[in-house]
Amino acid sequence: MRRIRKRHVFAVAVVAAAATAAALTAATVQAGSGLPTKIGKGEGRLNLIEWTAYSDPSFANKFEKQTGCIIHRKDAGSSGEMFALMHANGGGGGGQYDLVSASGDASLRLIYAHDVKPINIKLIPSWKQFLPAFKSPPHNTVDGVHYGVSVQWGPNTLIYNTKKVKPAPKNWSVIYSKKYRGHITIPNNPIQIADAALYLEHTKPSLGIKDPYELTQAQLNAAVKLLKQQKPLLKRFWNYAPDEETSFKNGDVWLGAGWPYQTLQLKAAHVPVKEIVPTPTTGWADTWMLASKAPHPNCAYKWMKYVTTPQVEAKQALVFGETPVNPKACPYMNKIKKGSCAGYHLNEPASYYKTIKFWKTPIPQCGWTKKQTCTDYNAWEQAWTQIKG
Amino acid sequence: MAVDAGALEAGPPIRRARLRLSGFLWRRPWLKALGLLALPLLVFLLVYIGSLAALVVSSFWTANSFTATIEHTWTLANYRLIFSTSQPYLHIAALTLEMAAAVTVTDAVLAFPLAFFMGRLAGRRTRAVLFVMVLLPLWASYLVRVYAWQTILAHNGAINWWLNKLGLPDQNLSYTNWAMWIVFSYVWLPFMVLPVYAALERIPESYLEASADLGARGFKTLRSVILPLALPGLVAGSIFTFALTLGDYITPLLVGGPSSQFIGNVVYSFVGEANIPFAAAFATIPMLIMGVYLLIARRLGAFDAL
Repeated sequence: MRRIRKRHVFAVAVVAAAATAAALTAATVQAGSGLPTKIGKGEGRLNLIEWTAYSDPSFANKFEKQTGCIIHRKDAGSSGEMFALMHANGGGGGGQYDLVSASGDASLRLIYAHDVKPINIKLIPSWKQFLPAFKSPPHNTVDGVHYGVSVQWGPNTLIYNTKKVKPAPKNWSVIYSKKYRGHITIPNNPIQIADAALYLEHTKPSLGIKDPYELTQAQLNAAVKLLKQQKPLLKRFWNYAPDEETSFKNGDVWLGAGWPYQTLQLKAAHVPVKEIVPTPTTGWADTWMLASKAPHPNCAYKWMKYVTTPQVEAKQALVFGETPVNPKACPYMNKIKKGSCAGYHLNEPASYYKTIKFWKTPIPQCGWTKKQTCTDYNAWEQAWTQIKG
Repeated sequence: MAVDAGALEAGPPIRRARLRLSGFLWRRPWLKALGLLALPLLVFLLVYIGSLAALVVSSFWTANSFTATIEHTWTLANYRLIFSTSQPYLHIAALTLEMAAAVTVTDAVLAFPLAFFMGRLAGRRTRAVLFVMVLLPLWASYLVRVYAWQTILAHNGAINWWLNKLGLPDQNLSYTNWAMWIVFSYVWLPFMVLPVYAALERIPESYLEASADLGARGFKTLRSVILPLALPGLVAGSIFTFALTLGDYITPLLVGGPSSQFIGNVVYSFVGEANIPFAAAFATIPMLIMGVYLLIARRLGAFDAL
């Protein structure tokens, strides 16, 4: 350790380069920010890239009437599709789209690809009411700059068929065990690697995983190995939410990773399923992000302001089967459906949110150790193809 | 009415002009050809060849790993990745190729007797009914038919229901490569039946009579007369079944299992992640395979009837 070796110089150089890059990114971000100080007159139109029902007519019609901003929707089937849509035609939404309801596994990519731009969070009054975890989360806020406003979230849950899976599972270990071989399903999504990493964080402390979204190459390899071992146990990877529901309905799948939304749908179809939210688990949180070439920014701001109000948050949560980021929505949820506020975990203490690791795009810079270079989303995507190959 | 009257008055000069034009074109056949072909040729070149060329060119670029910005520097990196043995891509290409071959053989075996019956044995009415039955599935959306198979193959679906009725145990067919094989063979069958039927129907009765007169029995006639004459039809049909399977990505998505990735699925997911160059590079693989396949098909006479 006394002599300076080549690798030391190299490590310093890497850190310096990373720091410079970070500083440059921050600088360009600041330089480009001419944030609006008030919301102007609406442009009469609003083009959204959204998850299906994120501008459901049950609450969007009122917005259109109030503001005169007529909504045009493009539903996306996956986070990758959202990113590709925003990045097409020169990026930044191609001068066509105004807002995108990006989940955490796409949001940082959108920010670093300059497809979305900073917003003035002060123009969205409900933001002050948000749960602390969603005010400036790392998946949509970089160096204190907000690139959108959080809207809804949900935990990734373990869904199981109560007639087939006995005893009731307590944690995620059941989807890695041979007991239910051939009856397990998990999402077809590279971010699923984080679920494996989170499982390893607690079952194999020697790997030193600190954050399931910030993995070194060795840690990524360990997660990939676990997922490769899991693959023979799977019935299938599910691609779209209805795929998983179908597999549960026709008896092919007994348990799997999913969302509260699917549990609701399955229960409505009288399939004997229950869900648990294991501790810890991963979760997703969606953000309305402003396209950097948004042609209707005023309507976009009006929309961000509107959908985060307690009444609308409550409505959207119950339409989609997810949880508001604004806790003031609680009484409105209960008014629409009794007990739904507790059912969607909106009344939990702050410690609850610490147990959910929210989706965040893997980026090369590690937050937990400045010395190592983390694997980025592209590496995850390649690894995911390898797991399935 | 005024227009009509005007046209009548201008009749003779227009007629003369028209004659002159026709004479002008008659003397210059290349101009006539140009007039007829310019638009379709332009569309063909621009839309078809142009897009293929753009595809091949972009396969030599790379996308920035994180921001997906396309970097316009020439590199073989994408191809190196595809052909690297530590990567899954060759394996995926092999699975796709094997499935396309298996489906083609299955469809040929299924289609031949059916087409033979339709073309040579069935009466007019039976033939019409069979035609409708072969074509009927094509009138419904491909997606609907694949979803229908999802239910048929499901754990509590029609197949297992019948197996249970017969006292046999449940089979785990759903979401496997076997499921893909069954569904592909079903959806592409009409594309094999029709060309084989056309080839078989064209064989003159006198050939078969001559074969019989020379003492050949049924099997010998089938092997030495009918099969060689039906071969171009079989090869033509196989181009459809092979190419359609090779390029598909929906069936693997809907009825495939955890290890059922096709070339198309990888291409789709990389396009979805805005990594166009890699998707383009991988998409050239089925293009190359089809190129070789078409060359072989031509030698076997698949295009002789065109």
